Amino acid sequence: MIALLIRDVRLAVRAGGGFGLGLAFFLLVAVLVPLGVGPDGGTLARIAPGILWVGALLACLLSLDRLFALDYEDGSLDLLVTAPIPLEGVVAVKALAHWMVTGLPLTLVAPVLGVLLNLPAPGYFWLVVSLALGTPALSVIGAFGAALTVGLKRGGLLLSLLVLPLYVPTLIFGAEAVKRGAEGMATGTPLALLAAITAGAAALLPFAAAAAIRINLR
Amino acid sequence: MSLWEYANPQKFMHLSRRVLPFVAGAAALCLIVGLVWGFFATPNDYKQGPTVKIIYLHVPAAMMAINAWVMMLVASLIWLIRRHHVSALTAKAAAPVGLVFTLIALATGALWGQPMWGTWWAWDPRLTSFLILALFYLGYIALWAAVDDPDTAADLTGILCIVGSVFALLSRYAVNFWNQGLHQGASLSLDKEENVSDVFWFPLLVCIAGFVLMFVALVLLRTRTEIRARRLAALIARERMG
Amino acid sequence: MELRVENVSVARGGITVLQGVGFAVQPGQVLILRGPNGVGKTTLLRVIAGLQPSVAGTVFGGGDAVAYAAHADGLKATLTVAENLAFWAAIYGTRGVEAALVGMNLVDLRGRLAANLSAGQKRRLGLARLLVTGRPVWVLDEPTVSLDVASVALFGDALRGHLAVGGSALIATHIDLGVAAEVLDLTPFKARIGTVSGDFDAAFGGDFA
Repeated sequence: MIALLIRDVRLAVRAGGGFGLGLAFFLLVAVLVPLGVGPDGGTLARIAPGILWVGALLACLLSLDRLFALDYEDGSLDLLVTAPIPLEGVVAVKALAHWMVTGLPLTLVAPVLGVLLNLPAPGYFWLVVSLALGTPALSVIGAFGAALTVGLKRGGLLLSLLVLPLYVPTLIFGAEAVKRGAEGMATGTPLALLAAITAGAAALLPFAAAAAIRINLR
Repeated sequence: MSLWEYANPQKFMHLSRRVLPFVAGAAALCLIVGLVWGFFATPNDYKQGPTVKIIYLHVPAAMMAINAWVMMLVASLIWLIRRHHVSALTAKAAAPVGLVFTLIALATGALWGQPMWGTWWAWDPRLTSFLILALFYLGYIALWAAVDDPDTAADLTGILCIVGSVFALLSRYAVNFWNQGLHQGASLSLDKEENVSDVFWFPLLVCIAGFVLMFVALVLLRTRTEIRARRLAALIARERMG
Repeated sequence: MELRVENVSVARGGITVLQGVGFAVQPGQVLILRGPNGVGKTTLLRVIAGLQPSVAGTVFGGGDAVAYAAHADGLKATLTVAENLAFWAAIYGTRGVEAALVGMNLVDLRGRLAANLSAGQKRRLGLARLLVTGRPVWVLDEPTVSLDVASVALFGDALRGHLAVGGSALIATHIDLGVAAEVLDLTPFKARIGTVSGDFDAAFGGDFA
């Protein structure tokens, strides 16, 4: 299991693309939005929590289609299914690896981008906390979507269509927590709900994803 | 005689051929009676004027939009547990119908919202939930269309339907949490009948019955088409083998 | 452990291709599967490896005893030869990387990225993976594709070594591996024309309005 985690992280770092692309995309969103919306600090401060969360979500989505597709194409997925580790574990570990190379770096650079978007000072802490709690859910839900579309041509587009509605609760609670934090309000409720979604998704979705992979391979 | 016997395509085809005309006729009758009654024989609302009459389309469509998804969920579970092909095909057949009901609910809601709230669209929790529901339907239909092997498609969409149901419910609560909304409360509920007075209530019930029957008729019709398409594919495959 | 296949039918794309296949492979034995293209060799091997269900019949001693290798080698282009092997060794919980490198003559290439290997070298690395799985039953689909004569001989040696320690192998191939083996031609098991798989036929093939 740990070998699989190390392999996936190493592959992502060596191939470069997946690792840097999400971060670059996130940066672009944070640069383009003020250019589109205008430089008014008040407006930017108000929309910053939502923009940062939407940006992180889309950046996460960007590398999902390769989560299982690469292993499917080179035959590794067949070999992993016949290997002596449960496929549910493979899915969970690959989702964790995806989070380590997308969600985690996104969480760490988000405060810098918060400066660009004029995020109010009390919001930074909650931005990092909510992304740290919420981005694992994005990776696990994405892994489920990637498992559904693994054998398909043009699966990437379908993957976005399947995954985006599933991302709604995570996005709402995550952005709400930052918004409330930035306004100095209590953030306990949305953060607790966000953590609940992450915990539930991480516990249950690997089973659904593993079932989908088995169906797609047969 | 067990209910499961109708999961056999042949039995289903025989039964549905006999039942379909009656269901379709009853649906047409209910819709005509309900809509004519509702549009022309009920008074205007003292506050909302004639615009209120759109509830005869809006409320049944919205109810059926949700019920169609629930039906797809049940059908998907039956397919995944008992492997009855007809069950998977009814779920496939119901999805576009459910999507159209969702779009009718959204469109009539926009038409109603414009004079009442002064806007075609508001990010009200109910409207937002229906928009998200429409996205779920789109994803489900797209997955059916994208997978070539019919049994694989049935399995994958079944799993998507189950997971999607959980997330649709979560989204509903998340959206409520996010915005308390302008939408009026439930138009219909057993404990709050005074919400809508009897004058509006009876034609509305007839319209709801009409929408339910229309849904059943459309799903039967579409399932028959799907079964024929599967049979055609089976025959073509057989030809190729020969 | 014996690999035994009893009365197995397999389907590809909803159409049964092989019917009533039965054979047994004892430890120390090799069974070669023959048959024209499209007869269902690959499908049968995937069923035995546990990647897809059979339509009918039972496979005993498959699944967790099987090391499967097919057309795709499952190599990662950005990992070195040694890293690729070490990964599979860790997954299978074995430590035979060095022996496998020696066995398939990959020692000199150990530090090279898999992306920079020739087709034959990749194939050798894919076969070296079998050596690190430590599993008794090899199920191989055309293992010698793109191997030169010397490499085929190398693979034959590895196979003999595997048999000597009580392993067995089921191989779909058309060339002579230089190993004493029984041969099973799958042509007689070809499914009758128009056999659609499982309940599909009963459900959709009958006459109805």
